[in-house]
Amino acid sequence: MEYRQAKTGVLMIEILPDKCDFCGCCVGVCPEDAIELKEAEIFIIDERCTNCSKCIWSCPIEVIMFNKEGVVAK
Amino acid sequence: MKEEYDIIVVGAGPAGSMAARFAAEKGVSVLMLEKDRDVGYPVRCGEAISKAGVEEFIDSNELWIKAHINKFSFIAPDETEVLLQFDSEQEGYVLERRIFDYELAKTAVNTGAQILTRTYVNGLLFDDDKVAGVKYEHNGEQKELKAKIVIAADGVESRVGRWAGLKTHIDFRDMECCTQITAANINVDPNTLYFYFGEEFAPEGYFWIFPKGDNIANIGLGVSGMIGKKKSAQSFLNSFMEKYYPQAPILTTIAGGVPSAVTLDKISAPGIALVGDAARQVNPLSGGGIASGMIGASIAGRIAGEAIKMNKLDHLLTYDKAWHDRLGRRHETFNRIKEGIFNFSDEKFNIIAHSINKIPFEKRTLGRVFRTALIKQPSLIIDIAKVFVI
Repeated sequence: MEYRQAKTGVLMIEILPDKCDFCGCCVGVCPEDAIELKEAEIFIIDERCTNCSKCIWSCPIEVIMFNKEGVVAK
Repeated sequence: MKEEYDIIVVGAGPAGSMAARFAAEKGVSVLMLEKDRDVGYPVRCGEAISKAGVEEFIDSNELWIKAHINKFSFIAPDETEVLLQFDSEQEGYVLERRIFDYELAKTAVNTGAQILTRTYVNGLLFDDDKVAGVKYEHNGEQKELKAKIVIAADGVESRVGRWAGLKTHIDFRDMECCTQITAANINVDPNTLYFYFGEEFAPEGYFWIFPKGDNIANIGLGVSGMIGKKKSAQSFLNSFMEKYYPQAPILTTIAGGVPSAVTLDKISAPGIALVGDAARQVNPLSGGGIASGMIGASIAGRIAGEAIKMNKLDHLLTYDKAWHDRLGRRHETFNRIKEGIFNFSDEKFNIIAHSINKIPFEKRTLGRVFRTALIKQPSLIIDIAKVFVI
């Protein structure tokens, strides 16, 4: 199993792009500037993420998930 | 397109357009860059604003006014309704932001600003420590463009300021995480804004129904990220709709964030200024950010234009004080009030609603209502009646 890297080791935050509304709440609260948001495209910048979960708590529509096993490389 | 601009504005929402317009009025070259393909879409807003807040910048036009508001209805957790009517000079609107934003952008373009959509700004250029332009992606190509001043109007997600070294990320507890639907067959008064309070509707925030004519309404809520840890805004909205309007056809569904806090400590730095949601220029109590964002942006645009004309770029740094004198300090007061209201229990909301309803309807002014509310919370005795004015 190959996990994507986070600043602290394994990346555990996952955004489900198919369900995302691209509203920017998560980007606004991210202390590490670790989320890239374009018009209809969003992803986590692996090497900056610390798995702090603030993006998850601030997502109004529950499209960001915490996966304690880690997010598998695409 | 020019090779270089005096001022580049990132974002073409109401704040971006006003920054561009007030800068262009000074006779400097201005380019707005918008990441989406349209100005004004997608909308991420409840769309309510005071008439005064609009008319400082654009004449009222029925093209983009969906409802004229002369009443507020506050609904307590036990569903006691407190109705409040105000006179015509305090009138409010529910907007069609798709059209409103577009018309605002037109006013900027008419003063000489240029605009480029589908342009995603993904970095800044620097000249020593001074911001000196932007890096951007357009039609799949990575490009660069120099500017003497960059104005960041890039909304709640605001990353441009960070790249310039300003602390723009917002504490998740201060982020009001919102969802909203526009639904049909909602039989509410067409001239009333409805606000619901309490644990069931929207703890540490409020739930709203804003009419848009023809029994269509924006229905939504915002809750603090602190609440979102346990229950998302979407779940609150679903519960409300199941209970009150299970059959209502839903025309649009949107999510969005409102930075419900005081303005950032610093909103300018050499070569850059932040405006609107990016600067956290939202009224932290009402969550309204269109009017205050346009005010902040107009100040920044004017000062940026002057700085170029005077060939004295340091002049841009006077923007912080100008904003704080105009609205920033008032927002600090509103934020203290908000923090007080966040801590109200359902019981306290109910008691306040019952005491306000003892005031005869025709004598119920916003000031009197708040004075009654404040007797229950004496530490909040401040100039609260001005809260919903801007």
